Amino acid sequence: MDWTALGLSLRLSLVTVLLLLPAAFLLARGLAYGRWRGRGFVEALVALPLILPPTVVGYYLLVAFGRASPLGQVFESFLGHPLVFSFEGLVLASLLVNLPFAVQPMQNALAAIPPAIRDAARCCGLSPASAVRRIELPLALPGIATAAVLTFAHTLGEFGVVLMVGGSIPGETRTVSIAIYDRVQAFDQPAAAAMALVLLLIAVTALAVTNSLARRASRR
Amino acid sequence: MATGLSVRVKQATPFAIDVAFDAPSGEVTALFGPSGSGKTTLLRAIAGLHRAEDISITCDRETWTDTARGIHLPAHLRPAGFVFQDYALFPHLTISEQIALSLAHRPAAGRRARVAELIAMMRLDGLGDRRPAALSGGQQQRAALARALARDPKVLLLDEPFAAVDWALRESLRHELMTLQRLLSLTTLLVTHDFEDVAKLASHLVVLERGRVTATGTVQDLTARNAVPGVTDWREPAVALDARVLAQDSTRQLTRLGATGLELEVPTVDAAVGTTVRIQLAAREVILASQRPEGLSLHNVLEAHVIAIEPATHPALRLVHLEVGTTRLLSLVTADAARKLALAPGAPVLALVKAVAVEAFA
Repeated sequence: MDWTALGLSLRLSLVTVLLLLPAAFLLARGLAYGRWRGRGFVEALVALPLILPPTVVGYYLLVAFGRASPLGQVFESFLGHPLVFSFEGLVLASLLVNLPFAVQPMQNALAAIPPAIRDAARCCGLSPASAVRRIELPLALPGIATAAVLTFAHTLGEFGVVLMVGGSIPGETRTVSIAIYDRVQAFDQPAAAAMALVLLLIAVTALAVTNSLARRASRR
Repeated sequence: MATGLSVRVKQATPFAIDVAFDAPSGEVTALFGPSGSGKTTLLRAIAGLHRAEDISITCDRETWTDTARGIHLPAHLRPAGFVFQDYALFPHLTISEQIALSLAHRPAAGRRARVAELIAMMRLDGLGDRRPAALSGGQQQRAALARALARDPKVLLLDEPFAAVDWALRESLRHELMTLQRLLSLTTLLVTHDFEDVAKLASHLVVLERGRVTATGTVQDLTARNAVPGVTDWREPAVALDARVLAQDSTRQLTRLGATGLELEVPTVDAAVGTTVRIQLAAREVILASQRPEGLSLHNVLEAHVIAIEPATHPALRLVHLEVGTTRLLSLVTADAARKLALAPGAPVLALVKAVAVEAFA
């Protein structure tokens, strides 16, 4: 059992959820309510990680984050080390790969709020910001929770992108999924089985939580 | 206009609207028309929820929207109370919470008392801690009204307030709204496609069709002239007018009502002496006579004169426009009777009205 890898995975998942949710909420809101040009294109971009093979996503990110790319250079000047094969690079990749898991549940939840309810919020004297806080956030809460759970669980299990962008540096980029693959390669079945079981339990819990949230939302 | 609401909305897309009207202060103005006539869009424009190329909204001399001058007061800053068609109550908040939410413009100290006041006024006692889903349709509407009134609105906007409830409840909700209006005298805009709402609740009428005003005036005048577009061809001609309760005769169980130059005795109306009630008198219930009749079960014999005689929807009938004092009435008679009585414009005639024929709405 590789505790360092599990710790790293949990840390990566938590950081991803905390950084991604606020930004994804704003994006989801723009997609749910906005009538702007290019909305369909952005929607497609957000969904892209769902259908692209992880190795393809990983390859493009590797190129984009590389020391030769402008993005890679900017980050390197801030971080003092290259973006690729680092925890920060992993976080950035994780944010992008998880966009659909974070955006789509929140977008659906926001779109399900009847337009009259949002109009009523304005007519009750709520400014746009207070309407988000008092009306939209509470009503979209099940969607937000679903987004958090899915993002967390998906980051925990991501393999292809992590391997491409992060490699397998212990304590830096070797997540638990990579560690499982590693152990299998080394014929260390007990360790692989233990870690696989932990991921399985986390996934089942995540789904159970999401489903019960969805049920509670539909009861209301 | 000095006070009240002044509205002009012009747009080409998504559907053409070119409408201007005034709603007098303290009275109910009905925006009446079929669906798709632009009624709800107008209401949304007044609330600041709808924007278009050419809008001008003035309320009590305050400009809310004036596209020509680039003025648009955001919806949340307008003192307007909006009651939505399906009420649009917030499902996650209790009734007290949603009323309190709408009191942000008042000092924090008085808000709790004001919530209690509105709950009592809208007869929602004991329901303040419930969420909308736990309320009946009628209670939900009262909650939506309480929430709208919490804004201390200068104008109350009602979007098809009775469309979501069944017939039985509709009549009692109309009574409630009538009572509330008597109490508060708010400038109210009532959007409806049901002429019963107009005849019972509104004092002014703006008739809309495909984004244009086809008629405007007082309900009394438009119904008395049988001149409401889109209604005249199917609704039985009937005058809707306001009458004052002059006296209550409890021994005979009759109420004496008065309008300008006209008095009527009707079965007891549940309203205090001095208050105003809305009455409707159908043209088919008004009998014409050349001499004062005797030995009839009749209470009301009104001295009138003929203003005009026009063909009715049925070829054998005539619609006679009458004037009693300065109040106009309608009478539907056969063409044969009109001939026998030698009815002609200016001719004096007696209008006979059975007490039970007068529909009073109090």
